[in-house]
Amino acid sequence: MADVMRIVATDCGSTTTKAILIERRDDEYHLAGRGEAPTTVEAPFDDVTVGVLNAVGELEELTGERFIEARESKVESRKSDLGSRISNVDLYLSTSSAGGGLQMLVTGVIKTMTAESAQRAALGAGAIVIDVVAVDDNRQDHERIARIRSIRPDMILMSGGTEGGTVQHLLDTAELLVAADPHPRLGRGFRLPVIYAGNSAAREGVEKVLGDRVDLIVEPNLRPQLEAENLGPAREAIHRLFLEHVMAQAPGYDKLLTWTSAPIMSTPRAVGEMVQLAAREQGVDVLAVDIGGATTDVFSVFGGQFNRTVSANLGLSYSIGNVLAEAGTANIRRWIPVAVDEDDLRNRLRNKMIRPTTIPQTVDDLLIEQAVAREALRLGLLHHGALASGLKGVQQARTMADLFTQASAGGTLVNMMSLGLIIGSGGILSHAPRRQQAALMMIDAFEPQGVTRLAVDSIFMMPQLGVLASVLPEIAMEVFQRDCLVPLGTVIAPVGRAREGEVVLEWRIGTESGQLRAGELKRLALETGGTAEAELSPARGFDVGAGKGRRWTGTVEGGAAGVIFDGRGRPLVLPSDEQERLRKLGEWVRTAGAMPGGPS
Amino acid sequence: MAVAYTPGLRVTADALIRQVRRLPMKGQVLVSAEQTVAADQVIARAEMPGNLQTLRAAQMLHIEPQELTAAVLKGPGEAVQAGDVIAETKGLFGLFKQEVRASVSGTLEDVSAVSGHVRIREKPRLVEVLAHFAGNVAEVIEGEGAVIEARAALVQGIFGVGGERRGVLRVVADGADQMVQASRLGDCRGCVLVAGGGADAQAIAAAAGAGATGLVVGAVRDEALRDYLGYDIGIAITGQEEVPMALILTEGFGELAMAHRTWELLTSLEGKLASINGATQIRAGVIRPEVIVTREGAAAGGAPKEPEQVLEVGSRVRVIRAPHFGKLGRVTAMPVELAEIETESKVRVAMVQLDALGQEPFDCAQGKQAPAERLVRVPRANLEIMQE
Repeated sequence: MADVMRIVATDCGSTTTKAILIERRDDEYHLAGRGEAPTTVEAPFDDVTVGVLNAVGELEELTGERFIEARESKVESRKSDLGSRISNVDLYLSTSSAGGGLQMLVTGVIKTMTAESAQRAALGAGAIVIDVVAVDDNRQDHERIARIRSIRPDMILMSGGTEGGTVQHLLDTAELLVAADPHPRLGRGFRLPVIYAGNSAAREGVEKVLGDRVDLIVEPNLRPQLEAENLGPAREAIHRLFLEHVMAQAPGYDKLLTWTSAPIMSTPRAVGEMVQLAAREQGVDVLAVDIGGATTDVFSVFGGQFNRTVSANLGLSYSIGNVLAEAGTANIRRWIPVAVDEDDLRNRLRNKMIRPTTIPQTVDDLLIEQAVAREALRLGLLHHGALASGLKGVQQARTMADLFTQASAGGTLVNMMSLGLIIGSGGILSHAPRRQQAALMMIDAFEPQGVTRLAVDSIFMMPQLGVLASVLPEIAMEVFQRDCLVPLGTVIAPVGRAREGEVVLEWRIGTESGQLRAGELKRLALETGGTAEAELSPARGFDVGAGKGRRWTGTVEGGAAGVIFDGRGRPLVLPSDEQERLRKLGEWVRTAGAMPGGPS
Repeated sequence: MAVAYTPGLRVTADALIRQVRRLPMKGQVLVSAEQTVAADQVIARAEMPGNLQTLRAAQMLHIEPQELTAAVLKGPGEAVQAGDVIAETKGLFGLFKQEVRASVSGTLEDVSAVSGHVRIREKPRLVEVLAHFAGNVAEVIEGEGAVIEARAALVQGIFGVGGERRGVLRVVADGADQMVQASRLGDCRGCVLVAGGGADAQAIAAAAGAGATGLVVGAVRDEALRDYLGYDIGIAITGQEEVPMALILTEGFGELAMAHRTWELLTSLEGKLASINGATQIRAGVIRPEVIVTREGAAAGGAPKEPEQVLEVGSRVRVIRAPHFGKLGRVTAMPVELAEIETESKVRVAMVQLDALGQEPFDCAQGKQAPAERLVRVPRANLEIMQE
């Protein structure tokens, strides 16, 4: 580590390739520059390295240093100079989600058991799951075949049958694949990779059926027992095949693979690595979200267990129409602190859908987009909570107490009370005109409970730091904490039931103290980088993290939004009366310092 | 990013249109190179394999999968009728016989000794590809289709629903900002209707009910679209809707007049055969809905003019976001520095001289000073380049 002075890392996204430079100065590693350029995977370039060289070229312009060897000028032609490569750095690393990322079909026997485990394996490996085939997916064979033919996945993950369980269903699925004869999305003439990670007793039969029709890779059963998953080997196989097959077929990647000091990682996998590292290093449960124009990715680590989900049709430009369809106008309107008629709202959202690259110029438009973001984030977390769950189908020994708590197997792992840190990313959060707006959007959408820190990844460098973490985790963590996360502050939300206006919390933070009443949102300034000792005494029946009515003491961190006290209750219910709702929303937004033109 | 632009939609009286017309699978091409084709002419045909139905035969017969081959009465490739016995066990002294009957008519495709399943392929379905617009066959794609080429007027819309349709253009509004007049509809069979300002839900239903194959309007309210489809569109990938009439919007949602140039072109083509397609895809590889009217007697040749893509001082633009949504103008300056807008965001902007109603557009080339009230600052992302 002592010898590493300079690192360049790129993230080749669907539309933009982003390059960052990390340098060691005074024995500390810092972000020293950032450049970006359009991704060039598609025609007329058909070569990812053109975009990489242009992004790194921008780094050169900004820093005055040379990182590109054997190149006379910035690449603007349709083919990159074959002699060019990244040089003058100790490490060059890259992630990629260009060309639609890694698209997978997963199969299992029962939808909520082995098929769900296979989904978790694929998503955790950074894939986009484009369909899930299971015995109980309510489709006829011919419908499944037509679907498999139409989607052209990059690879297939087959699971199903615990050890000693069904064999027949695995053979059925194998024959279904033969009948569908799927072809990979990239690379004509090469065989589709199929990872078999199901019941070992069915291996021989599956090999016989699939034979030399596909490139079959056998891995240990990913759900050997109902009570246990073994996702690691399947995830590693996915990663290996992503590099060997998918990346090798994508335009220009053969060249890029020879430039990098470590294997290229898929972007979501790299973000997942960073989220897991952050949770380990900081010893807290973490929720991270990346909300884009077309999709919303949610990552979480609860109790040391990592999960990732992709809501493929929740986004703020291309997918804004789907947020409208899924959430409904009433749910979006409830967050807008100014009067907007439903008809007008629908037309505005549709106009954004058909011209997705436009940006809000008026305050009303901004408030509407931030309202849509709240609903997209809320739905994204709902989807995540359904998949980030305990194993379904597990029989549990129950005590009398369980009968009253209704605890069940397969419940969600998402626990908003134990959650210690929320990280937001994506244009609407990272580039909100005011940081307080990002904080309030995340609080409203996720409804954190107890004491939770909030942050945004200002320039979305978690992918590059994630791939760096695979080589040098200490440097990745150092830069992550120093330059990647922008702290927004801490939210304190007591959970319990009270009538509007009743005191729900008495607090002391540093030298300040006060009370929080039900229905209130309050803010205490605490600057970025600052910390303060806090003593929180919830009212009887209220919990702020130490149990009902029990005092919580600890350290809270500051940020652009400071410390936000949220007494609005969980679940957060907005006034049903239109005028009262507008009055309350306006009050909360102004208190949070989130109203454009208002005090910050 | 060095270049910020939003390519405009094409509206032109004369373009060279080339479209690849391809079967979804290998089939038979019915035209030859340089042949003249009519819009509704079938140019390629294929038989789409029927659905594959699975029968769990071994399970139904209570035998092991490897015993199935001996129990099957018909071989792969043989025709079967629904109800035919296709497999049976001998039973004991002719008693307790088990049998499996075909669930559908078709061809026995596969008998698996591994899974114990029998698969029957249903009868194939005929798929045909039409030329869609009158023109010449520029190229034959062996076994797949052809490239059709023609000189034509082309109007690209911003959003549409419904797939390919053809019909005679008929104008049913009095101006670019006027709504469809239901009283002017009458019998619309075989017509593509044009109205400037838009149509409400009743007018859309009336047009479809009167037999129109298409309706091209400036804008509709989203509620009217939902009423027409019966559901809310989620993702902007359209063209497969089961609607009687394709609907194309040239400007967007709400109450917006059709752009003057689009209106002028479409009204000048009244009475001519139009080939329209409502299919829209707003993702990478964007597809916009379109109206094509082949020019009679014009020979194909010459490359079409590509839309202007770089925003610069002097560009004709349309503002595509509030507060000046729908207004036209010309770029007079492109400040390099980021500028703070009303939302407090700092973004790249352009100074735009808006056209005043009834006045000539400001001509920046002649260096005329613009009246201050018509000079507005607009984020560059909110501008669409107009072709001149």
